[in-house]
Amino acid sequence: MMLPLKPVLLWSDALLFLLLAGGLALAWSMRREDWFRDPWRQVMGSRLGAGSAVVLAAFLAVGLLDSLHYRERLPGEPGQAAQYAGEVLSALDWLLTDLRTQTEKTYSAPLATHLYVKESLKGPDGREARDYPPLRYPGTHLLGTDKVGQDVLYLSLKSIRTGLLIGTLTTLFMLPFAIGLGIAAGYFGGWVDDVIQYVYTTLNSIPGVLLIAAAVLVVQVQIEAHPELFDTAAARADVRLLALCAILGLTGWTGLARLLRGEALKLRELEFVQAARAFGVPRIRILTRHLLPNVMHLVLITAVIDFSGLVLAEAVLSYVGVGVDPAMNSFGNMINGARLELAREPVVWWQLFSAFAFMFVLVLAANLFADAVRAALDPKSERKA
Amino acid sequence: MLNYFIRRLLYAVPILLGVNLLTFALFFMVNTPDDMARIHLGAKRVTAEAIATWKAEHGYDKPLFVNSQAAGLGQVTDTLFVEKSLRLFAFDFGMADDGRDIAREIKTRMWPSLAIALPTFLVGLLCYVSFALLLAFFRGTALDTGGVILCVALMSISGLFYVIAGQYLMGKLWHWFPISGWQPGLDAWKFLVMPVVVGLVAGIGDSTRFYRALFLEEMGKDYVRTARAKGLSDTRVLFRHVLANAMIPILTGVVVAIPRLFLGSLIIESFFGIPGLGSYTIDAIQAQDFAIVRSMVFLGSVLYIVGLILTDLSYTLADPRVRLE
Repeated sequence: MMLPLKPVLLWSDALLFLLLAGGLALAWSMRREDWFRDPWRQVMGSRLGAGSAVVLAAFLAVGLLDSLHYRERLPGEPGQAAQYAGEVLSALDWLLTDLRTQTEKTYSAPLATHLYVKESLKGPDGREARDYPPLRYPGTHLLGTDKVGQDVLYLSLKSIRTGLLIGTLTTLFMLPFAIGLGIAAGYFGGWVDDVIQYVYTTLNSIPGVLLIAAAVLVVQVQIEAHPELFDTAAARADVRLLALCAILGLTGWTGLARLLRGEALKLRELEFVQAARAFGVPRIRILTRHLLPNVMHLVLITAVIDFSGLVLAEAVLSYVGVGVDPAMNSFGNMINGARLELAREPVVWWQLFSAFAFMFVLVLAANLFADAVRAALDPKSERKA
Repeated sequence: MLNYFIRRLLYAVPILLGVNLLTFALFFMVNTPDDMARIHLGAKRVTAEAIATWKAEHGYDKPLFVNSQAAGLGQVTDTLFVEKSLRLFAFDFGMADDGRDIAREIKTRMWPSLAIALPTFLVGLLCYVSFALLLAFFRGTALDTGGVILCVALMSISGLFYVIAGQYLMGKLWHWFPISGWQPGLDAWKFLVMPVVVGLVAGIGDSTRFYRALFLEEMGKDYVRTARAKGLSDTRVLFRHVLANAMIPILTGVVVAIPRLFLGSLIIESFFGIPGLGSYTIDAIQAQDFAIVRSMVFLGSVLYIVGLILTDLSYTLADPRVRLE
């Protein structure tokens, strides 16, 4: 029997699931280690930590469902080679089929029964009158519909994946540079330190948005120049999203690298590292076995703190025009598309409201979770007496 | 002191050269002038001649590093790298794609940018440090807890929200100020207030929390205990000792940002229609005018390095123990 659909694995899906699997495997292998378990117990034991973790888990679930992609098979003659729709859907789309397909003509307010815009209607007596036409699906749009009649709740839910990807994959791209170069600079010193410091001072000296904008413009031109590489619009948007994450990672590693450099400078003078060196332990082993585990808490704290900043940055970058693909669902694109709606008479507020509200909840949960993680992992952080 | 500055200036040269090489690599090697011509001509009008004409008009019809057709020194100087990249060192920014002189645009547009960025920066610093001192003074009380929660909530809101909401409330609903625009001269003030207020509010959460953590760390130190033990009042310790000692970490983050105020804010300027460098940059990005983007990158790096030198200088003023040698 032939499947009625063809699974599609976008690059970002693969990376996201790989990251998740890696994280789970790490947690599973460490589950009996006290030094690993205790801080997480502390995080989950605090009210704010546990609460924000639950909210983040809900967002993550939506994002993961939205990362299981497929293409529907088009109805065709039996015996013919199967044809698949060009549109890439996800498990979330399938679950929300009603929300996705029950579109209206244009704007309608949350839970409204009539459109937001007057039209010429034929009354029962046959006369034309201008009035608000009834909706096709009255009362089903919890957050209203946008300009082309799409359900705003659906758009908001679809935007979650983009935010999560930007927040996590950027860190994935950033970590090798930050960890490798930061520790190397601190541990080896000398000319290695000089070169690495030169590189990150140079990168730091360029205004962040401009460097990102410059790199994104270049990627954009390259993508436009090679349309043959992408078989669907979703694949193209996906590559652009990954490029954006890579660019944010390449421009964002300097802060953590500087932190790790300082830490490595301190650690290399401590007895256990000195002893390892005296015993003739190879350098690479000292770095991976003795230095790396002792800076992991800093890496983890930075990764969690950066997450919220990156979710917010996506919106700003999309507004500037150097964010994700304009056709991709993201909070930035939602805000960008709706930014003139407050200037309308009467005001259309629900799309902006939804985008900001979803973003606020996600970022607030991430910030609170980051605070809890920092309190548990950072020996220097303030503890409530 | 003089030696120090000479050394710092010499150190700036390799950094600026690095910035230059990086942008050159991005805009001329990854992305060739041919690509650039194709974007500006549009898909329909792309022919080999059209691309060649566009490149000649905008001065992009030269080899990257070595010009084998030129004679003598011209082999090295008559190239894109020297013409387009090294010239930036003389602040010769060249022409934008629309044929206007970039240096002149920068000179006229930096004043509106500064008119918004400077008050935002100064008033902001004053407010944030005061709020942080207040929270630190009442540490552990309900006021402090409430303040911190408010800060976390405020910093979880997108910056775009502050701009859009501020514009809607102050401009459209209450009619306090014109929604956007600019007027030269003293009349500019009514266009200034809204962006400055929005900029201030947008920064409250982040900065107050940062300074509060700084003050709390300082208050945990031994000298504070000694000062309290010898009978100094809480207020006196906070304002005389803690504030003075926290100056170094505060200056570290603050002074480096001062020269960059010239560049303005991309988001605020574009929302409020301020003809400053921020909106200039955002327009250039959207029009894919690489000449302007390159100039702004270079200018930004120069201002950053100036900021670093100013930071060192400010340390000597804030802490007599610091000497620049």
